[in-house]
Amino acid sequence: MTDKDYAAVRTEKAGPPIRVETPGAMNDAELHNDAEIVFDVVGLSVYYRDFQAVRDIDIPVRQKEITALIGPSGCGKSTILRCFNRMNDLIEEARVEGSVRFHGIDIYQEGVDPVELRRRVGMVFQKPNPFPKSIYDNVAFGPRVGGFRVNMDDLVEESLTRAALWEEVKDKLSESALALSGGQQQRLCIARAIATSPDVVLMDEPCSALDPIATLRIEELMQELKEDYTILIVTHNMQQAARVSDRTAFLTVDVNAVGQRTGYLVEFDTTDRIFTSPARPETEAYITGRFG
Amino acid sequence: MTLRATGGTRRRLYVQAAFKSLFGLMAFLTVGVTVLIVLSLLVPALRFFSEVSLSEFFGSASWAPLFSPPRFGVWPIVAGTAWITAIALLVALPLGLGVAVYLSEYAHRRLRSFVKPFLEILAGIPTVVLGFFGLFLVNPEIVRRFWPVGEVSTFSGLAAGLVVGIMIVPTVASLSEDAMNAVPRGLREGGFALGGTRREVATNVVFPAALSGIVAATVLAGSRAIGETTIVLIVAGSRPTLTWNPGEQMQSMASFIGFAGIGDQPTGSTGYLTIFAVGLVLFVITFLLNIISIRIVRRFREVYE
Amino acid sequence: MTAVGTEGAAVALDIHARTSTRRKVIDAFFKLFLWISLGIALGTLITILIDLITEGWPRLNPALITNMPSARPERAGIQSAIFGSLWVVGTTAAISIPTGVGAAIYLEEFAKRDRWYNRLIELNIQNLASVPSVVYGILGLAFIARGFLSLGFTVLTAALILTLVVLPTVVIASREALRAVPNSLRYGSLALGATEWETVYRQVLPAAVPGIATGTILSTSRALGESAPLLLVGALTFVTFNPDGFDSPYTVLPLAIFRFISEARIEFRPLAAAASVVLLFLLMGMNSLAIYVRSRYEKKLR
Repeated sequence: MTDKDYAAVRTEKAGPPIRVETPGAMNDAELHNDAEIVFDVVGLSVYYRDFQAVRDIDIPVRQKEITALIGPSGCGKSTILRCFNRMNDLIEEARVEGSVRFHGIDIYQEGVDPVELRRRVGMVFQKPNPFPKSIYDNVAFGPRVGGFRVNMDDLVEESLTRAALWEEVKDKLSESALALSGGQQQRLCIARAIATSPDVVLMDEPCSALDPIATLRIEELMQELKEDYTILIVTHNMQQAARVSDRTAFLTVDVNAVGQRTGYLVEFDTTDRIFTSPARPETEAYITGRFG
Repeated sequence: MTLRATGGTRRRLYVQAAFKSLFGLMAFLTVGVTVLIVLSLLVPALRFFSEVSLSEFFGSASWAPLFSPPRFGVWPIVAGTAWITAIALLVALPLGLGVAVYLSEYAHRRLRSFVKPFLEILAGIPTVVLGFFGLFLVNPEIVRRFWPVGEVSTFSGLAAGLVVGIMIVPTVASLSEDAMNAVPRGLREGGFALGGTRREVATNVVFPAALSGIVAATVLAGSRAIGETTIVLIVAGSRPTLTWNPGEQMQSMASFIGFAGIGDQPTGSTGYLTIFAVGLVLFVITFLLNIISIRIVRRFREVYE
Repeated sequence: MTAVGTEGAAVALDIHARTSTRRKVIDAFFKLFLWISLGIALGTLITILIDLITEGWPRLNPALITNMPSARPERAGIQSAIFGSLWVVGTTAAISIPTGVGAAIYLEEFAKRDRWYNRLIELNIQNLASVPSVVYGILGLAFIARGFLSLGFTVLTAALILTLVVLPTVVIASREALRAVPNSLRYGSLALGATEWETVYRQVLPAAVPGIATGTILSTSRALGESAPLLLVGALTFVTFNPDGFDSPYTVLPLAIFRFISEARIEFRPLAAAASVVLLFLLMGMNSLAIYVRSRYEKKLR
């Protein structure tokens, strides 16, 4: 990155991020490097027609950890995230190269059913997107289409409880989900995603549309969810990454001669190290706010 | 120094005021049109009902206002209208919604831009040409050949209904597709991310979210079917029949008006006034349907905001 | 109670084609249904076009257009109908376009949205757009042909009635074209000291002209294909001359087709088909013109 690029990008306030000690976030000593790798990404590149949006990404996502993807806007974090559940399939011009292995299986190979994959890998979006249905029907949607033979009432209750929403909505399950506040809607989306018993939950900037109090509740929720699910979160708020995640991948963007922006991975390490003693100068520049 | 309007500016402002009034008048004219429609229907209709009792109009089942002795029971043409509209919707709803779902949820961009002009061409076919199609192709080749009940003559309500259905397919398809396109992308993505197939997302997420627009499209299409004159006149014949068999000839309210209009009725005669009475009924029905359709869209539009 | 949590290594990690066959079968049937709908809709259109061309082929020659209607099928043509349509539709356009565009300008540029009378006008136009066209024929019969204006069964009567039929569409289309003009244009002009009218006249209208042109061409083409309202005002009469003035009796092409269809003799059937082909040809020509205008406009924006 040249100085010109630094200047061109929005800068945050200078100074190292303050690390808030949240219960549950592992520090360096506790992280097990031999924890099973749930998602192994090697050499991932994404193209929109001829334009390379993201190049050569290597990220191992370990089980029951929170892994964060951070970096300036436009560096392809969401694009990468959407590769994990093959949501990029829905875009006609998108093309994926490299390998994404889920429990050892390359999810882009022939014979892999994206529908089943999405049952196992849940996703929460930036803007809460509950269906215009009742709260109950929102949570029950995934299990219903997936043909789950369960007591739906129990499943809905358990999902809402795990998403820390049950107490607030237990008396109004048949009311419209759209009547909930933004933070509640997002927790509903989380409940809905975990109702299909996924292994992994992908979160694409889940708090960016929420106020700080709702954001805090969801960050607390993530620590609870970590006990049962692997979480991969994209966030443009690096303080948030520092607060909640166990490992962090820092990505940035390369601008080529024509002005096209291609994202690439700069550094991937435990959150502790990334934020206190990063290996790459670009990482240090980003976290100290020299460029945003 | 003063900032008040000087001579030159004042002139320009007069010009503006003149144009404003002129255009305002034109806009207001449209209200005048509605008033005229209501008057043109109401006054003769009232005269009609001073000559023909309400009990005969709504009580008798025989409609022959232009014959002697004249009969004024309105039910046969109401039944004709109902039959033709029902058949038309039965045809147009599955076809139109199928096309809409396909274009909105399944088709690639290139296919969409290929298909949509065809739909517009279909929408632009004049009703008299559709009447030709109904009388010379649909009735003899389809209805007469396959309709099991009774003996089908040159004309049939069934053929008319089928062709009116074809006429309103583009209306249903394009309005429903608009409604589905208006459903935010985020909702679809949520559905896919939860492990839904394309069909499940289309039927369980998009369709319910677009329902108000789709219902409004249906109501509008039904209203067009009710008011369709030429096709029915050509294909269903001109014999008002109160029947359970759509394979028979029939007459709708609109086609009666067309029929009576062709035969030159002496101004002021009861036969002449019948046109206005039936026209009033027709206008009220389509007016109410239109208000309902607007209400539905307005009431549920904010649903996913 | 099933465990809501990670299944991990405990359950089969098989993500190969596990979506139940039942779902897949339903998916396939659904897609088939959609394909069939599309097929029927397009197939019907193609059938209509092919039928018209094959049935009308024997009579698709210049004589069709140069001949006048006649009781003898071999000598019948549609010249009076074509000229009648030109007169009627031309007059309709001449009346409806200025009026409709004027009303649209008022509603979009001058009217204050919160005034009740302006909202009434808007609602009213929406309602008028969905009134069956035959009702306008009744209005014409009562007030224009007979009654107040007593113009009789003439070209002007037909044009006035068709104006009423297409006016709501002209207004709605013109409003959309005006709305599409970015506000920055208006603000720039007003900031330079122009009056609202001058802004409209010099900036907004020129920018909106292509959109308005597209909309008005399409509305006018609708007038060309209308049949129902004119049934009530004498367009079905047997007319063997071209109109010679606004007060002249007339016939129009859709109603010439109607006549041919209504004839008992089977020799008139190819005439009906051929005349339909001519009508469709004219309509397609107008629509192509509208599309051409629209695409040139879009190209200008790039």
